[in-house]
Amino acid sequence: MNDGPPPPHETRHIWPAEGLKRVPDWVYTDAAVYQREVERIFHGRTWNYVALEAELPSPGDFIRSNVGPTPVVVARGPDGAIHVVENRCAHRGVEFCRELAGNTKEFVCPYHQWTYALNGTLRAVPFRRGVAGKGGMPADFDMAAHGLTRLHVTTHRGVVFASYAADMEPLADYLGPEILREFEATFDGRRLTILGHYRHTLPGNWKLYHENLKDPYHATLLHTFLVTFGLLVAGNKSLMLTDATGRHGVMASAKSDATKIAADLRGEMRAYKEGMTLAEPRFMDFIDEFDSPWSVTMATIWPNLIVQREMNTLGIRQIVPTGPHEFIMKWTMFGFEGDDDAMTRHRLRQGNLMGPAGFLGLEDNEAIKFVQDGMQRVPDSEHVVELDPQTPYGTSDTLISEAAIRGMYRHWREVMEL
Amino acid sequence: MLDAPAPQTDSRIAALLLHHEIDQFNARYAAALDAQRLTEWTEMFTEDAFYLVTSRENADRSLLIGLIYCEGRGMIRDRAFALEKTAMFAPRYLRHIIGNLIVLGEDPNGDIRAQTNYVVLQVLFDRPDATLHQVGVYHDIFHRTETGLKLRERRCVYDNLLVPNALCLPV
Repeated sequence: MNDGPPPPHETRHIWPAEGLKRVPDWVYTDAAVYQREVERIFHGRTWNYVALEAELPSPGDFIRSNVGPTPVVVARGPDGAIHVVENRCAHRGVEFCRELAGNTKEFVCPYHQWTYALNGTLRAVPFRRGVAGKGGMPADFDMAAHGLTRLHVTTHRGVVFASYAADMEPLADYLGPEILREFEATFDGRRLTILGHYRHTLPGNWKLYHENLKDPYHATLLHTFLVTFGLLVAGNKSLMLTDATGRHGVMASAKSDATKIAADLRGEMRAYKEGMTLAEPRFMDFIDEFDSPWSVTMATIWPNLIVQREMNTLGIRQIVPTGPHEFIMKWTMFGFEGDDDAMTRHRLRQGNLMGPAGFLGLEDNEAIKFVQDGMQRVPDSEHVVELDPQTPYGTSDTLISEAAIRGMYRHWREVMEL
Repeated sequence: MLDAPAPQTDSRIAALLLHHEIDQFNARYAAALDAQRLTEWTEMFTEDAFYLVTSRENADRSLLIGLIYCEGRGMIRDRAFALEKTAMFAPRYLRHIIGNLIVLGEDPNGDIRAQTNYVVLQVLFDRPDATLHQVGVYHDIFHRTETGLKLRERRCVYDNLLVPNALCLPV
């Protein structure tokens, strides 16, 4: 046994000589790499999803949220502006906000009643001057220097993002024109209505979730529902789009008639079930409500947001990493103001596809768990991501491609300097 | 044997029998799911049944989404069919514990409203222990048919904030 200290990053974390065609396990399993991700990615130069404005319709509304693993509170101030502050009292570090959501005029830490405005400004410190001339804070205690830690905020089409970086480019530039177009196809200007939340743990590395949605190959193989009902089939009109940096992606597909799938393709797809029928097939109907050639788009917005437009079931997924081996996923499912009762119920029925009990969603969660299990129990190996060598990395118009995963790691390695 | 007519008016006995009947129903419901006999599970609902699994967070705020959302037995059958024939998930044992039944009352049409606490424990084959998968309340409407009670509505509202990875089988 070698009981010495672990070797430094530089010698422990050597990328395989094959380059982006391989991803080493330590990317997903190493605690030091995870800490570096929190610093350089979630707390670095990124826009992190924190809320939908529809969750905070009125002044004083707030929700608990996260930027990376860090708990924050998102609140709408009296003037309507949205603020994002760390959920940590400046005095003794108390995570002061305990409710998932609510409405308040100010934040009061329950321990010593330090009181903050919704924008994080420290308003009051009890017994600041002491009692009867004794005790209290020093005379030069600067209230302005002891507010809550504030993050920078931007919103677009009702979606709220926050960043620790003060010099972030505008969101439109951060997304790039191709991803912005798909973002605006889903958030098309109609006001959102919240249908509810799913929350689950996932015992896998957070990046595996991005990769799963940058991996159209799996979608044609794992998900019987997609394949058998023609939602995402090898041979469909489809696109695996990435931005110029490779960090964001959109998996897009147009629904086709599954009965017209060529026989030779069916043979490759074990998930295709000949003659499978549903008692209530209407839940798979697509009501074309978007200005888009795609019936399904799955956008992976770096580093913590997935935008699901799976026909008419729409949702946000927020990644909250809790360590290298696990993350929490918070889903916010929505519709639009103007949906009638029939449309809302259609969205709710179609919701059976996704989420931790969804026909597709449960399979993804299981598959990602299996990947982490494999790496933890047979460690120190590497992943093979070679599909579609004609596209070294980035956008590809074939589903049988891993070019978007390679693009993501090209960006990741640059930011992580690994 | 006495020939005297049964005391039909003893509401305490009627209530006891109904309580027992629903308890027995829930025990059979648990047994069907624990054995993963999903077709038998679907037959415990009426044709127009509503079946929902949702979090307390959603239910308390009257948010409509369900982890599982079935309008009608057709959708309940589709759920059972998909899980048995198509879905990919790791094999597991489940154990449903159902108790603390409260019969809330009867609707004018004879349907019975009730609620019962439930716990679902799960064993995965790569982990040694059973873990608490769900804890919650069934909010039920029972309908009396010629073949006994059936569920016209079962809303499973779970207290746990986070679902552990995936809910692969019904609750």
